Amino acid sequence: MFDTRTGRKLVEVHNLKMHFPIHAGFFRRRVGEVKAVDDVSFDIYEGETLGLVGESGCGKSTCGRAVLRLYDITSGSIWLNGEEIGEADFHRLRPLRPTMQMVFQDPQASLNPRMTVARIIAEPLDEHTTLSRAEKTERVFELMDAVGLNRDFANRYPHEFSGGQRQRIGIARALALNPRFIVCDEPIAALDVSIQAQVVNLLEELQDRLGLTYLFISHDLSMVRHIADRVAVMYLGKVVELAPRDALYATPKHPYTEALLSAVPEPDPSIETRKKHILLKGDVPSPANPPEGCNFCTRCPKVMDICRKVEPPTFQVAPGHSVACHLYSETIQKTAGETAAIEAQESTQQGE
Amino acid sequence: MPDGGVPVLAVKDLKTVFRTRSGEVHAVNKVSFDLRPGELLGVVGESGSGKSVTMMSLIGLLPSPPAEVRSGQVMFGGEDLLKVKEERLRALRGARIGFVFQDPMTSLNPVFTVGYQLMEPLRKHMGMDKPAARKRAKELLELVGIPDAERRLGDYPHQFSGGMRQRVMIAIALACDPEVLIADEPTTALDVTIQAQILELMKELREKLGMAVIWITHDLGVIAGIADRVMVMYGGQVVEQAPVRELFGNPQHPYTRALLKTVPSVSGERAEKLAVIEGQPPILSAEPAACPFRARCPQAFDRCARENPARVPVGPGHDAACFWDPETGGPRNV
Repeated sequence: MFDTRTGRKLVEVHNLKMHFPIHAGFFRRRVGEVKAVDDVSFDIYEGETLGLVGESGCGKSTCGRAVLRLYDITSGSIWLNGEEIGEADFHRLRPLRPTMQMVFQDPQASLNPRMTVARIIAEPLDEHTTLSRAEKTERVFELMDAVGLNRDFANRYPHEFSGGQRQRIGIARALALNPRFIVCDEPIAALDVSIQAQVVNLLEELQDRLGLTYLFISHDLSMVRHIADRVAVMYLGKVVELAPRDALYATPKHPYTEALLSAVPEPDPSIETRKKHILLKGDVPSPANPPEGCNFCTRCPKVMDICRKVEPPTFQVAPGHSVACHLYSETIQKTAGETAAIEAQESTQQGE
Repeated sequence: MPDGGVPVLAVKDLKTVFRTRSGEVHAVNKVSFDLRPGELLGVVGESGSGKSVTMMSLIGLLPSPPAEVRSGQVMFGGEDLLKVKEERLRALRGARIGFVFQDPMTSLNPVFTVGYQLMEPLRKHMGMDKPAARKRAKELLELVGIPDAERRLGDYPHQFSGGMRQRVMIAIALACDPEVLIADEPTTALDVTIQAQILELMKELREKLGMAVIWITHDLGVIAGIADRVMVMYGGQVVEQAPVRELFGNPQHPYTRALLKTVPSVSGERAEKLAVIEGQPPILSAEPAACPFRARCPQAFDRCARENPARVPVGPGHDAACFWDPETGGPRNV
């Protein structure tokens, strides 16, 4: 599924870490850090949509922002279109910015209320191009057409638009510089159900027409199933599972993905009443103080002894389907001794 | 599923208007419904459809001005809640009618302990003394599945997680054993795994306590799993009402039909393109003289612009406010 589009990697993220320091006390000493994104790796192929799902606080938005280098990352490398941008400074990043853009969650907060729609959409053009005023106006109209906004509204202000239309303004602004890669950070979360479908269809249409590549961040698993080609599931700063969309939804491997999918209510009473929900106990631990071993071990219904001690590596369970869970350690034959030890532990665990 | 019996709550022709500087907003228009003992009535609609305003109007929780409940009747225990005095209403609220709101952080008072806030309705409405109220508060926290209840009574709201805060809210709402519980988007601010916990808790509590529940949500998935009966609202009106399976299996109003198609699912069929309801919800600046959905309706014809359709029975326990009949594909004989 993931190589059905072009098969060329546009974005490569290796071992990305984004830690935020915690300062406390009179001298504002550094007392710890919030590991918002902790050792995350994934690729995004040109023309595809990678869905990034997880619950609030799992680090998915931070991850999206870090990939666009809206933060100075703690460590790791990010390649965009063959260029390393993880280490790049402001001066090297600026000419690269037009290729990578972002659509934000809250169209109310991300549009300047004192600027007209035309000026909002033209702002990236002012910053990055040398177009004449007439050319800019022409481009703004073109963009407004592309996202389905009436040209007559160019001189109106954001508050005069509904939520869905405001999100269209945000999308038009993101498209202004002909980007190749767009991070959509919960673009539909603030919208009503009937408007969500309009915006998602628009994003898909634009992708087909302009060959865009998306990182689609969302907590809405059913919408991600609709829009994404591949899906990465995050929990407490880590990607726990990454798979082609159909494989992930049909045969989730990680216990967290299983629980997450089973928790989504189905809009169909006959399925919903029959469905067995896996109820997770408790809440997500704080990313400032993650548990030892696997981050999910405090809530995992299939927890084993090893999970509380050793952080699970990532296993390939099928082509393009990777899982970070000790349950799958036996499928990979590493050093014989290690495997035997793990198996021994597992069998005692299962015997309980 | 509970059926028949005398309704615990009967709402008739409720009409609520907001007066603003830029004119009136007719948020709720002639809404009528019954709530039967022990049932869970789901209320679905988009933002601005009037679902929250309807429920707030019932129990006098809207600030007036700008809100004005212009007409209607809300019968609860032989009294018309729209006519009784404020003190009487206050005695009913919290005691016989409980509420849970969307955002547990803003509806709990941050400067009082959870124990104090739980004991407040018990002491006010039930006249309990402090030790008795404390004992009952602890039981309530245990009832909603908060571990270590005794100690947590002394904690402040910020010391609880979002899901736990919502459990506290539910405990407060249930404190005085209400006959009716009104829950306004109680799981919308929560993550799916926490939402699943709260939905499960709600099912258990209903079995144990048997109160009637009005559950407001925009999430059709939540409704499918929890409701006995569903009421769909659009543009300040009830457009369709039916038992849950009937509504999902045999939707009659074009809005309900479209809404069900726009929602993708995690396990069902995956459509290549999402169905869309074109256009925007209506602006309710006057009492609608025509169908509020007609501008977005694929089935609209000339009559829809002339008259506002009344709700007509279309099946057992099922009614819809529409002139179009999906069975015949033509106008309905009403």
